[in-house]
Amino acid sequence: MLKILKYSIYDLLRSRWSYIYFIFYLILGFVLLFLNTDIDKAIITLLNIIIVLTPLIGTIFGVMYYYNSREFTELLLAQPIKRKNIFLGQYIGVSLSLSLSLLIGLGIPFVLYGLFKSASIFDFVLLIVVGTFLNFIFVALAYNIALRTENKIKGFGFAILMWLMFAVIYDGVFMISLFIFNEYPLDKFALIATMFNPIDLSRILILLKLDISALLGYTGAVFQKFFGTSFGLLISLSVLTLWVLLPVWSIMHISGKKDF
Amino acid sequence: MIEIINLHKKFGKLTVLDGLDLKIKKGGIFAILGPNGSGKTTLIKCLLGMVIPDRGDILLEGKSVLHAAAYRNNINYLPQIANFPSNLTVTELINMVKNLRPKPADEKPLVELFGLRPFLKKKLGNLSGGTKQKVNLLLTFMFDSDLIILDEPTTGLDPIALIHLKETIQQEKEKGKTILITTHIMSFVDEMADEIVFLLDGKIYFKGSVQQLKEQTHESNLEYAIAHLISKQDA
Amino acid sequence: MRAFPLFFFLLCVVPALWGNHITVCPSCHIHSIQAAVDQARPHDTVFVMQGTYIESPIRILKPLHLIGQMNPTLDGGGKKQSIFAVQTDSFSIDGFHFTNVGLSYTSEIAAIFVANSKHFTLSNNQMDHVFYGIILQHVKYGHLLHNTVEGKAIDETSSGNGIHIWKASHIHVEDNHISGMRDGIYFEFVNKSKILRNTSQNNVRYGLHFMFSNHDEYHHNEFRNNGAGVAVMFSKFIKMHHNIFHYNWGTASYGLLLKEINDADIKWNHFVQNTIGINIDGCNRITYENNDFVRNGWALRFTGGCYTNVFKNNNFMYNAFDLSYNSRVNNNLFNSNYWSEYNGYDLDKDGVGDVPYRPVKLFSYIVNKTPETLVLLRSLFVDIINFSEKVSPVFTPDQLVDKSPLLKPVPIPPTPNKM
Repeated sequence: MLKILKYSIYDLLRSRWSYIYFIFYLILGFVLLFLNTDIDKAIITLLNIIIVLTPLIGTIFGVMYYYNSREFTELLLAQPIKRKNIFLGQYIGVSLSLSLSLLIGLGIPFVLYGLFKSASIFDFVLLIVVGTFLNFIFVALAYNIALRTENKIKGFGFAILMWLMFAVIYDGVFMISLFIFNEYPLDKFALIATMFNPIDLSRILILLKLDISALLGYTGAVFQKFFGTSFGLLISLSVLTLWVLLPVWSIMHISGKKDF
Repeated sequence: MIEIINLHKKFGKLTVLDGLDLKIKKGGIFAILGPNGSGKTTLIKCLLGMVIPDRGDILLEGKSVLHAAAYRNNINYLPQIANFPSNLTVTELINMVKNLRPKPADEKPLVELFGLRPFLKKKLGNLSGGTKQKVNLLLTFMFDSDLIILDEPTTGLDPIALIHLKETIQQEKEKGKTILITTHIMSFVDEMADEIVFLLDGKIYFKGSVQQLKEQTHESNLEYAIAHLISKQDA
Repeated sequence: MRAFPLFFFLLCVVPALWGNHITVCPSCHIHSIQAAVDQARPHDTVFVMQGTYIESPIRILKPLHLIGQMNPTLDGGGKKQSIFAVQTDSFSIDGFHFTNVGLSYTSEIAAIFVANSKHFTLSNNQMDHVFYGIILQHVKYGHLLHNTVEGKAIDETSSGNGIHIWKASHIHVEDNHISGMRDGIYFEFVNKSKILRNTSQNNVRYGLHFMFSNHDEYHHNEFRNNGAGVAVMFSKFIKMHHNIFHYNWGTASYGLLLKEINDADIKWNHFVQNTIGINIDGCNRITYENNDFVRNGWALRFTGGCYTNVFKNNNFMYNAFDLSYNSRVNNNLFNSNYWSEYNGYDLDKDGVGDVPYRPVKLFSYIVNKTPETLVLLRSLFVDIINFSEKVSPVFTPDQLVDKSPLLKPVPIPPTPNKM
């Protein structure tokens, strides 16, 4: 698996898309800090971008890499390598290279602007951790879609739809259901509903660390109690881990049965 | 050496392999023939573990290959279509495949044989179909394995390369290798094959030597003999 | 205006210069403050030298000046008694350190308890481990200057207020520091008084609690990180200028709570990082000008009918919500404010945006109806619905519009609080 991982990363490092993504984050970091010179505010703006963009780019990259490396995959399948290792290696390669682009692209401007002297270092680390989680989750989901869909165009369509579902539609349905059932105590429902959408979970995780906990506390103590404690952080990170592990398990399951 | 027992495979509603049984003994060249869509490639891919059969078993040296991976180390496979990662150079690809297989390989004589030296530093995406096929052949023959599977090996080759290919196959046979070939070029079969396996509707329709086939169909020409087999089925 | 307190101070202290002096120290002939007070004649000055005096209560029933030299400590010994219980006119207490005033759930006890008095000054005193700091009842013309009250209050029931004034008028509360009490400063039925340059922070309930008090003004105060911020309720003609309300950040916390306030004047204040900048409940004819609202959860939140208020030249910057309301809000004028979320244009370059700004977002309307939807804050979906509402308003009211939004923030001088 490590060999596949090595070749996937090697392959991606030669693709200009990784660089475009890296340079995008680099420029974004510099522009944000240059316009604000306030690390806290830059982190809030960054939050908005990360929770929308990392899933989208993870999705597109995942699907694209799968379809583009089909030949490579077929070549590998004839070699004495276990199937799950091939796909796991490729998947980790894509996720890791995206996460590295994120970390280095944002890391450079923030470090230059004095991140280590700032109290925001914890927020920044959380932001990168969440961004990495979102990368791993959405590349895995995209791989699942690509593995099930032979047709490239269809695969892209489903993948974008999946992103749209988590980024927008889910929240819309969520809001409408909160609206309809507002006679009932809803905080537990809302808490559980956020667990089923990794984007929502990531967003709230960061928001609470950015002190918007006070606003959420306004809706009732359940949220503040849950997310405000290290127990909540632990549970949230575990759920995010689950969001990685389940699709990865599914990748191995589907790839074990698929014909090439 | 290879034992295929009651192999079934459907793609959706299309039945491709329908209870196929086949035994192939060690050593010699076996041509797997059959009309388009008769299941030749599927059979090979089952053997390689790329297609998972619905039912049945495949034994290699008495051991089931289903859900295993290590056995592929002893198979050299030439895929039908030479698709390679287009942003790698030929040398990188050779090194990569060598790296992925835990056994010694010697590509140098093959580089010379197929005249690939000028192309070693070129990216695979920029090569012609014929050159790609040569690279494909090189990757297949550079390892020393007991079983060699060639899916349409002649595609896109110029006459000289074709002669080199035939020589290489003969050499391997002399080393006691088992070689499976699918092809539509009957002259190639006539010249090379020790035995013919004829697939039709997902089953073995004929198995035997070229001579037996000609006798059975009362045709002196192999092409006609095959055509006879197909038409008899249709009637 | 600055001369007035000084004059008043002299009026109180200067007579001390020609009255008799009595000195108290632990090793002196007179080593009890009560004894010195009892011996003194009206308008005498009692000097208390450095040392610790475990006495309470010390009753003062005649006009006297008590001056602590080198910060003598008055230890209440944890008894349920005020240390000074004063009931006289024309007195002053200056330069003491008070500690150990016992806690009581039934009566109000303080380091200094003053009742039915006029013309007095309490200055330069430090208080810690006290139940209440200073309590004034039925008093007039008092000055509380440069006092420090520090508590370690944990909950509302077992703690008292820093400065607690009930039924009074013409009181000046200036340059005091209060922290860790229940309410920092408590005003009830106090008229024509001023609260200037005080710092009130980390109090369990309110930094300043202000009820049924009219014609008062408070300015240049800092209210920081109080449990529920500052509450001004049921009062008229209040001026609130140049104050800082910040980091009042909690579940039910606000910079400033206005309840049933009429004819007030709120200018040049800074509201920074409060859960709610100003919570406005049933307030009419209030002028809000030149205030800074920065990074609050809600900058302004209307929770009751509010009429004919004017919001002019304020800065609304980086608040999660600039404005929210849940009842009728009529005849309120928003004009010439700066809104950081405004992204209109200014073709004629007059510094005023050519497109009106609507400070109420659809999402803030939704959150008002169903608070739980707040979990969707900063999600893409919310951005989308806010944008579509901005393009074609359906839910947000027509009259809540700033017709001439500014393109640059109004320069508002930082409040010089330490003077």
